[in-house]
Amino acid sequence: MSGAPEPSDVRATKEDGVIAEAARTARSGETAADGDAVLRTDKATIKFGGLVAVNALDMAVRRGEIYGLIGPNGAGKTTVFNLLTGVYKPTSGEIYFQGHRVDGLRPYEISRRGVSRTFQNIRLFAGMTVLENVMTACHRHARQNLLDAVLRTPRFAKDEREHRDFCIELLEIFNLARFKDEGGTSLAYGNQRRLEIVRALATQPQLLLLDEPAAGMNPSEQDDLLNLIHKIRDRFGLTILLVEHNMKVVMGVCERIQVVDYGKSIALGLPHEIRNDPKVIEAYLGD
Amino acid sequence: MPGFAKKLAGAAAILVALIAVNAMMSRTGLFGFGLGAYETEVLMLVGINVTLAVSLNLINGFTGQFSIGHAGFMAIGAYSSAYFTVYHGQDLESVLGGGTLGHVVVFSIAILVGAVVAGLMGLLVGVPSLRLRGDYLAIVTLGFAEIIRIVILNLDVVGGATGFSVPGSVNFLWVGVLAVITIVVVRNIVKSDTGRALISIREDELAAEAMGVNTTRYKVLSFVIGSAFAGVAGVLFGHFKRFLATPDFTFIKSFEVIIMIVLGGMGSITGAVLGAIVITILPELLRQLPSVGGFNFADLRLVIYAALLIVIMLTRPQGVLGEREIGFHWLRRAQKAPEGDRQVGDDKGVPIAQRAGDTEEVEKR
Repeated sequence: MSGAPEPSDVRATKEDGVIAEAARTARSGETAADGDAVLRTDKATIKFGGLVAVNALDMAVRRGEIYGLIGPNGAGKTTVFNLLTGVYKPTSGEIYFQGHRVDGLRPYEISRRGVSRTFQNIRLFAGMTVLENVMTACHRHARQNLLDAVLRTPRFAKDEREHRDFCIELLEIFNLARFKDEGGTSLAYGNQRRLEIVRALATQPQLLLLDEPAAGMNPSEQDDLLNLIHKIRDRFGLTILLVEHNMKVVMGVCERIQVVDYGKSIALGLPHEIRNDPKVIEAYLGD
Repeated sequence: MPGFAKKLAGAAAILVALIAVNAMMSRTGLFGFGLGAYETEVLMLVGINVTLAVSLNLINGFTGQFSIGHAGFMAIGAYSSAYFTVYHGQDLESVLGGGTLGHVVVFSIAILVGAVVAGLMGLLVGVPSLRLRGDYLAIVTLGFAEIIRIVILNLDVVGGATGFSVPGSVNFLWVGVLAVITIVVVRNIVKSDTGRALISIREDELAAEAMGVNTTRYKVLSFVIGSAFAGVAGVLFGHFKRFLATPDFTFIKSFEVIIMIVLGGMGSITGAVLGAIVITILPELLRQLPSVGGFNFADLRLVIYAALLIVIMLTRPQGVLGEREIGFHWLRRAQKAPEGDRQVGDDKGVPIAQRAGDTEEVEKR
């Protein structure tokens, strides 16, 4: 049961489908200007009243890596996520995605540039089926307009069909296709978490942000998650940034790890370096 | 293309039905079956209220933005089109040589005028007020609707406080066709990329933004479309009643429409239609309650009406239909479900990434 959730048959047949195509596009989206950093923050700071939640945070996530952001409770990890996705505007400092400044943009604008995310507390669309949840995320790529929809033009039919096929293919990769007509929130907890990842992938991002993906999972589910994250990265040519509490997951999956405490970066390095860093141990265990 | 043929046949069937009902309302009746003036009026109001309820449902039910200013946009549509008919309509009709053609053209333009002006007003009101959520949005829309009403009350060009006489007549064909158009347009919007964007806003605004939905834009869009159709309902109402007075457009009218969609089911088009029919007809039916032992129950109709609403809301707070639609899906599903295509219920609760073949392994551990 420790094995990967390998839908091997699906993988073989779908390699040249829409998904592989999307992955190729994602890989080729590089710009020479920002070297290998797909996401970079420059002294990003946010204050809520007198509280400095994130303090002059420098971050550089390289293309194609799995980057972990960890820290004790209340260290400001999710706040960093909200800064990166435009939910909050930094009080000072700058954020660059693929060489373009993105701080101050609205969340949907950042999403349209290729940053997708999941949420710590699952936020699926309750009134929609599994398939509709995923199709909503295709919004960025929709070629139909309102008039097409009202008049049901051939362009509308073609656009709908393409999105539907794409989303079903994605759901198949994650073994969720059989649930496609069920209510999104009626799935089992682990499946809801995976559905959220599928939904995030349907926007065809270049950078995927996972906010505590292992929250509420049992050890066997966590093992599967580790494999899943690796698989997603390889298959879709993504860069993944994850915030996580669970040390087993972080150490197992991340290639580089940055540790924050009280909104400040206290360490950055490879998993084994982080594990033995006295400052990190102090932050986690206290004095 | 069989799909297209089917649609065409459906449209033709609806049109024939509407023409038949319309003929029943005429003086001669249809094959001897006729409807009285009272039944005619009730049916006309049903059609107008269907248009109102379905359009408000797009804003309240599908986008989840609680607006209680629908009567204001109805008033805009009614008065702007009446202004057109009164000051330009007759000239235009005589230019076109009078007759049916002239009437159809003039009234079509009147409908467009009402829809466009109400839609523009919706844009004007929506942009500032849709920044607010929930109760605050409700109060702001209520305020705007009252402002619209008071401004109209003080415009002498549309009669001011003495009311405004509107020439022209509307038959049931107009009301029915426009109600059907409203239903089809709203349904097609809801079942599209735009519709998914709207529903995602209702379900979780933050997640919708994260998926690339410009929430502000789509909220305003649904508000404008809803307002435009409220304007259409206003055009029909004004030209049907032939006399406009601002007391017809108080917030009580807005609440009536809200009751329709809440009762029928927010987020259900057929629910809104059902709600509109019930809320329009129920008070009329209660007038006919019998008098028993010298006590006339019809005198209590408003009390009974209110009590019925309370009972319905207590027993089905999500509305009669909730978010479901009534249609012929159940027929199709019954035919399609093949043997062995088991429901996925037994797959629920499996751990993440586990497939059917893994169950044995789990049991061994």
